[in-house]
Amino acid sequence: MKKKFRLQDLDCAECGAKMENAISKIPGVNEVVISFMTQRMTIDADPENFDSIIAEAQKICSKIEPDCKILV
Amino acid sequence: MLTGKQRKNLYRIIIGAVLYAAVLISARFIHNGYVLPVLFFVPYFIVAYDVVFKAARNIINGQVFDENFLMTVASFAAFALGEYSEAVAVMLFYQVGEFFQGYAVGKSRKSISDMMDIVPEYVNLEENGVIVQKDPDDIPVGTEIIIKVGEKIPIDGIVSEGESFVDTAALTGESVPQSVSVGSEVFSGCLNGSGTLKVRTTKAFEDSTAAKILELVENAASKKAKIENFTTHFARIYTPVVTGCAVLLALIPSFITGDWGEWIKRACIFLVISCPCALVISVPLGFFGGIGAASRIGVLVKGSNFLEACSYIKTVVFDKTGTLTKGEFKVTDIIPNGVEAAELLELAALAEAYSNHPAAVSVRAAYGKDVATDRVAEACEAAGQGVSAVVDGKAVLVGNEKLMEENGITFNKADNIGTVMYVACEGVFMGTVVIADEIKDDAKAAISALKSEGVKKCVMLSGDRQSVADAVGRTLGIDEVYAHLMPADKVELVEEMLDQKGAKDKIAFVGDGVNDAPVLSIADIGIAMGTMGSDAAIEAADIVIMDDDLSKIAKTVKIAVKTVKIIRQNIILALGVKAVVLVLGTLGIANMWLAVVADVGVAVVAILNSMRTLNMHLL
Repeated sequence: MKKKFRLQDLDCAECGAKMENAISKIPGVNEVVISFMTQRMTIDADPENFDSIIAEAQKICSKIEPDCKILV
Repeated sequence: MLTGKQRKNLYRIIIGAVLYAAVLISARFIHNGYVLPVLFFVPYFIVAYDVVFKAARNIINGQVFDENFLMTVASFAAFALGEYSEAVAVMLFYQVGEFFQGYAVGKSRKSISDMMDIVPEYVNLEENGVIVQKDPDDIPVGTEIIIKVGEKIPIDGIVSEGESFVDTAALTGESVPQSVSVGSEVFSGCLNGSGTLKVRTTKAFEDSTAAKILELVENAASKKAKIENFTTHFARIYTPVVTGCAVLLALIPSFITGDWGEWIKRACIFLVISCPCALVISVPLGFFGGIGAASRIGVLVKGSNFLEACSYIKTVVFDKTGTLTKGEFKVTDIIPNGVEAAELLELAALAEAYSNHPAAVSVRAAYGKDVATDRVAEACEAAGQGVSAVVDGKAVLVGNEKLMEENGITFNKADNIGTVMYVACEGVFMGTVVIADEIKDDAKAAISALKSEGVKKCVMLSGDRQSVADAVGRTLGIDEVYAHLMPADKVELVEEMLDQKGAKDKIAFVGDGVNDAPVLSIADIGIAMGTMGSDAAIEAADIVIMDDDLSKIAKTVKIAVKTVKIIRQNIILALGVKAVVLVLGTLGIANMWLAVVADVGVAVVAILNSMRTLNMHLL
C-alpha cells in the first residue's frame, strides 16, 4: 500500500535524509521517500501492518527531529 | 510571511543581540573574573538554550554528529577557555544563519507550492437543487460536477451541459483559450473562463491530469541527480572527518607544545564549520527550482537526474510524424487503376476502419461517410507497412511498397511527395492514395534554438520513404535523416547511437509517446510531446511537454544548463570557503567569529543562489 503524508516542522534537510534511511529499514517497508522541499513522505509498505509501521516511523522521526510530526 | 516559530526565533535573536552588545560594552569596565562569565551567560542562554537542549536530547537518542552538538561543544569550549564573547557570538551567528535558511527555504517552498496550485481543494455537486462542496477524493467516476466561472476544473471529464472557454495555462504554460461545449473532453487544472459547465467525470480525482502532474513533480525530487548523490555522500563523511581532525588538532600539537588553550581554540573552528548545510540544502533546492520553472512553461521533468542529463544533451533524435510535422494527414491525390476514384477511396477507408494510424484517420476523413464496419472483417495491422482486411469478403491490402512487394503484387510506383498508400484487392492493384503531412510552423526555429543551446546533432527518424523524409529534413536543417524505418528499426538505431556516443554526452529522443514508447524508454532522455490527457505517454517519458510546442525543448535545455551551473557554483563556493577557513583556522589566523560568519554566510549565499532557479521560466 502506498500513501503520502505531510510532515510538519521538518526543518533540517539532513534530518530528512536520516529519517528516510532509518524508516526504510523498518520491516515491511518497501520504499520510502522523504522530500524536504515539499515536506512530504511517500511510503510504500505492507498493508497489514501499515498503521504500526507508520507509528514506528513517527517514533523514528521524533528521535531525529523531535518537533517533526507525520500528519495522518 | 514568517511562521510563529520563526517570529519567536527572530525576537530571541534580537533580544540576545542587544543584551550581548550591552554586555560587551559593560565588559570594558568590569574586570572581575567571576562576574564576566555570568554576564555573558545571560545572552548565551537566551540565544542558545534550544541548541544545547536539542544536542543533549539527540545524544540520548543516539544522534551524535549533528550540528546542535557540534555548536554546543564549540561554544562550551570557548566558555571554558575564557573566550566568553566568542562563545556567545558563535551561537548568535549560528542562529542568524538558521533563521535565514529557514526563511529562504520557506519562501522557495511557498513559490513552488503556488506554482503547483493547479489542484482545486473542492468539487461542486448539485444535491436536491442545492450546490454543495465536496472533497475531490470522494467523487466516484461518472459523477456530474459543476464548475463555475473562474474555478479550476477539479477532475477530468466530459462536458454534459454548458459552453465555455477553458484556459490551459496551468498545464501547458501558455494561455490559449479553448472553446468547449457538450461532449468536449476537459482536463483538470484548466481554468473555466466564461460559462458554468456541468461535467461528467471520467476519472477518479487521483488519476486526473492535475493530480498526476502534481504527483510527478513532487516525486521528481526523489530521483536524485548524480551531483546530488555526490553531495549527500560527501556530507555523510564530511562531518565525521572534520570532527576527527578537530580532535587530532586539539590533542597532538597540544602535547608537543603544551599550549592546550590555543590548540583547543583552533580545533573549535573546525567544529564550527563542520556542518555541510550549505550543500545539503542548496543542491536539492536548485534542482527543485529548475523542475518547478520547467513545469511553469508546461514541461514536466520527472526527476532531478533527467534535468541534470538535459544539460549534457549532444544529440536530439526526432520522430518525424506528429513531432516535427503536424501529424494531420490529408489525402492530396487519388490515382485509381481501373476503378472509380470514389470506389478506391471507399475500399481504402473500409480496410482502414479499425486503424488509429494518422494515415488511416485521414483516409476515413476524406471518405467523409460513416464507415460501415459490418462490411469489414479480419482487420489486421502490419507495423510499418499498412493494413490488411477482408472487405465484403474480398482480401484488401492498403499500405506501402513493402506490403505490396511482400504480397507479390505488381503495382505502379508513385513518387509523389507525401505518404503513398497502395491499395490492392484480391491480389490485384487497384490504385494509389497519396497523403501529405505539414511541417509544424515552429519546427525550424526550434531546431536552430537547440543548436544554439549546445546540441551538436539533430537526427530525424521516419517510417516514410527516403525522398519524403529527405525533403522534410532539408527544410528543417536536420543533420541526419533515417527513413523507411519500422518501429523496431528505430529502437535499433537509437541503441546504436547510444553505443557510439561519448561517455558524458546524452541522447534525447522526442516523440509523441503513442507509437514510440520503446524508443522513449531506451534513450537517455525520452521526451514526449503534445501529451495533455495521454496517460500512456506521460508514463513512458522522462520529460513530458504538455502541448506540442517544439521550442520548449530548447527552453528546457536552457533551464537545465542554468540549473546545473548554479549548483556547481554553490558546491565550489561552499567547499572553497570551508577549505580556506580550515587552513586559516589551523594556522591560527581565523578565529571562531570568522569561521561562523563564513559558514553561515556561505549557506545563505548558496540558498539565495539556488533560489534564482525559481524564476528561470522567464528566460
